[in-house]
Amino acid sequence: MTSEPRTTPEAAFEPAEAHEPAEAYEASFELAEAFEPTRGFTGRARAADRDPRLPPGQYDARDGWPVLSAEVTPRLAAADWTFRVDGLVAAPRTWSWDEAHGLPSSEYRGDIHCVTSWSKFGVRFGGVSLDTFLAAARPLPGATHVVAYSHTGYTANLPLSDVTGGKAWIVWEYEDGPLPAEHGGPARLIVPHRYFWKSPKWVAGLRLLDRDEPGFWERNGYHHRGDPWAEERYAGD
Amino acid sequence: MTETPYDDEGAFVPPTRFAVPGRIAVNNGAAALWQRALITEIRRETPAASTFRLKVPDWQGHLPGQHLMLRLTAADGYVAQRHYSIASAPDGSGEIELTLDHVPGGEVSGHLHTVARVGDTVEVRGPLSGFFAWPGDRPALLLGAGSGVVPLMSMVRHRRLAGLGLPLRLIVSARTPEDLIYADEYGEETTVVLTRSEGRLNAGHLASFLGDEGRPDGGWEAYICGSNGFAEHASRLLVEAGQPVDRIRIERFG
Repeated sequence: MTSEPRTTPEAAFEPAEAHEPAEAYEASFELAEAFEPTRGFTGRARAADRDPRLPPGQYDARDGWPVLSAEVTPRLAAADWTFRVDGLVAAPRTWSWDEAHGLPSSEYRGDIHCVTSWSKFGVRFGGVSLDTFLAAARPLPGATHVVAYSHTGYTANLPLSDVTGGKAWIVWEYEDGPLPAEHGGPARLIVPHRYFWKSPKWVAGLRLLDRDEPGFWERNGYHHRGDPWAEERYAGD
Repeated sequence: MTETPYDDEGAFVPPTRFAVPGRIAVNNGAAALWQRALITEIRRETPAASTFRLKVPDWQGHLPGQHLMLRLTAADGYVAQRHYSIASAPDGSGEIELTLDHVPGGEVSGHLHTVARVGDTVEVRGPLSGFFAWPGDRPALLLGAGSGVVPLMSMVRHRRLAGLGLPLRLIVSARTPEDLIYADEYGEETTVVLTRSEGRLNAGHLASFLGDEGRPDGGWEAYICGSNGFAEHASRLLVEAGQPVDRIRIERFG
């Protein structure tokens, strides 16, 4: 197998729909010349009634919440759950379930987006802001990235700036109940402004690094950053 | 608490054993490229599932278990895209097959099942993801339910086509004989579980493969594909029967 991307006219073409707001009709009319549309395909949702909360290429999962973990769901009791922050920090430390629950609570209300194309609107997660944990551990000036890892060994890489400033949480509540195990309970990281593979279930810790190191899916062909609004699904996007 | 280790090259290694490393290096160039695909054949498999054969002239090859993204484009530029597992073995023909359920209300599967016909074109990008791939290098224990059998069938077909001698077992679960995809293609490597008449997959179906006598040298690499409910159930059975968790790969619908 070769790995050089080729750029035939078809391959180079990306419909405006994929990267522009849905109402970009002028650009999309060029599509008929550049790429022959699929005969007979009209689509369920028209541009005019496409929900503006939906990033390009996504659809609304409505009441569904697909489970897509690649590993066996661990049977992890809350009493056995711990969360550690270490690496390039002044004060590495580990929180138990009770210690984490003693921190000021914080919640996320908003949307989440999965790389497999579904998005889910208006969900609530309750827990503690990751900023609270990081403030206690005190990142050193050289820290630029993190690897978030799970009690199963799953990993995901993120720039430190993607998980600070009110953009990431350690959560144990979903809507009004405990976070179900198959969705990452007893506790998971959420980084909702990135595709959700960047939000490890059964989170065990965060290691701060002075470099970017690919995580599990990033080593398996997925994008390093994973911004849904830029449709960064796979390496090369 | 001790600091968690780094490996020989200084890369971070999580404190728990890594769940399941990817099986292959992924071709990022192929993953980034949308290609035109011509529908050359449509075959009905069951009342709910059909196979679509696609000619993709620049297809760079895949490994069994990989998937692709398929995209439909309307005349005004509206697009809809979904992931689908590849059903065919890598055979160098420049053609690949997908088998998909007609999902009620499904925007993409609905179009393919009710509107698409031979001669139409769609677009695909892939193959994607090295995690669920089976290069044919380790004994494989495959558990699938419904259309979850699709990527597993690619593995069965690959083993036959390439004449691989290593052990492979497929356990496929379907509600009734009419719901069983690829019913005519299964051989002695396959155990069929018809859930309406005989109940769901249970430990008895696995006992002969996971006992001391049934386990091949080096153990099984296990692949599970199906709904989340099936994946949770099947993975629990495997763990209870002694299969190591870091050698269970799961692909769930969604």
